[in-house]
Amino acid sequence: MAEESVKLLGYWGSPFALRVKWALKLKGIQYHYVEEDLPNKSPMLLQYNPVYKKIPVLVHDDKPLAESLVILEYIDEEWKQNPLLPIDPYERAKARFWAKFADDKCVPPVMAAFSKKGEEQERAAKEARENLKTLESGLEGKRFFGGETIGFVDIAAGWIGCWARMTGEIIGINLIDAETMPLLDAWFQDFLEVPFIKECMPPQDKLLEHNKEFHKILTAAST
Amino acid sequence: MAEEVLLFGFWGSPFSRRVEMVLKLKGIEYKYIDEDFSNKSPSLLKYNPIHKKVPVFVHNGKHLAESLVILEYIDETWKDHPILPKDPYKIANARFWAKFIDEKYLSAIWKSCTSEGKEREKAVEETSELLQFLENELKEQKYFGGETLGLVDIAANIIGYWLEIFEEAFGVELLRKEKFPKLCNWANEFVSVSAIKENLPPRDKLIAFLRNRFGVGNASK
Repeated sequence: MAEESVKLLGYWGSPFALRVKWALKLKGIQYHYVEEDLPNKSPMLLQYNPVYKKIPVLVHDDKPLAESLVILEYIDEEWKQNPLLPIDPYERAKARFWAKFADDKCVPPVMAAFSKKGEEQERAAKEARENLKTLESGLEGKRFFGGETIGFVDIAAGWIGCWARMTGEIIGINLIDAETMPLLDAWFQDFLEVPFIKECMPPQDKLLEHNKEFHKILTAAST
Repeated sequence: MAEEVLLFGFWGSPFSRRVEMVLKLKGIEYKYIDEDFSNKSPSLLKYNPIHKKVPVFVHNGKHLAESLVILEYIDETWKDHPILPKDPYKIANARFWAKFIDEKYLSAIWKSCTSEGKEREKAVEETSELLQFLENELKEQKYFGGETLGLVDIAANIIGYWLEIFEEAFGVELLRKEKFPKLCNWANEFVSVSAIKENLPPRDKLIAFLRNRFGVGNASK
């Protein structure tokens, strides 16, 4: 398939763009990558995603799509090799449930712990830990959410391990507790060791520096 | 084979009503359990320990929460009267708009209804911008799903019916006919479909419930 027919607008430091890259890599889809300068969003991005004005945006044969979980399902349905979602409707529904849970309940408190201070930060960190513990129950004792191999929820939520650890390092509060969530901890580690996952990760030191700067700006802004 | 299909819902909730609408559209028999918010049943808490909310759908012992997840499960399990198209791009587009409706509308409508002064003005404007997106998305179609109801129509039940009730209960005007003619037309068509009409909570009961629960006096327009 010609590279030009698939385009991804992203940002190097964004985990949401990263998970789309993972899906494209897993399925061996060639694509043209466009790096967006987020403080100066391109007219192309604003035209492709007028509703949210955000990356990632996938453009396939000139048809744009926004919202990374929606993009992941599209990729899975359009290119059938190395399927992300299982065949059984109930297993598919569970996968959708957990991907949504991770996005709606784990990510916001991790981000709040990152950007707030004092009591608000402590509350956010507590909520993040509780919800991550709940996410662990979705694993049902398996190695990956997809079973023996990576599946939809792994691609959707596996990045949280790296970002939550980085956040913990920056704010000095541990968000992933290996003692109380051993399976989740093991899953995050196993996931990040998978070769194609590791290959697409942005350089860790650059990411840490970038997020440290971002943290300074956010916490200086909040009184 | 006898199928066990259960739905835990709340009579006034657009989210549990969505599931009922699709079950009705597809002619699926089910047992309905209405939940009392102040006193959630042990069954509900057992089937949805994570969110402790309605709707919860149980099919032959397999339980599911989150209305949009439930709708897709129903569509994949009972193939008659599909609510999603076949083309992957069109499916993705439907999911995008359904997600958008869930993430943005209820909180904007709520803020428009319950805030005051400048905050209310801002919320009303934000709601208007959101409604414009849907007005544009309808294009010349009868429904968001084309000639028949689709996922987005069902997800937009909040706008098709509940919005007008909020407007009446809280004394605010959001869906103006002059500004959103297509959306208003769509809302009329939507509530006329029998599978939908039969699953709408009684208007006066819902208005009274909202006013009672949220302590609304005489809200100014």
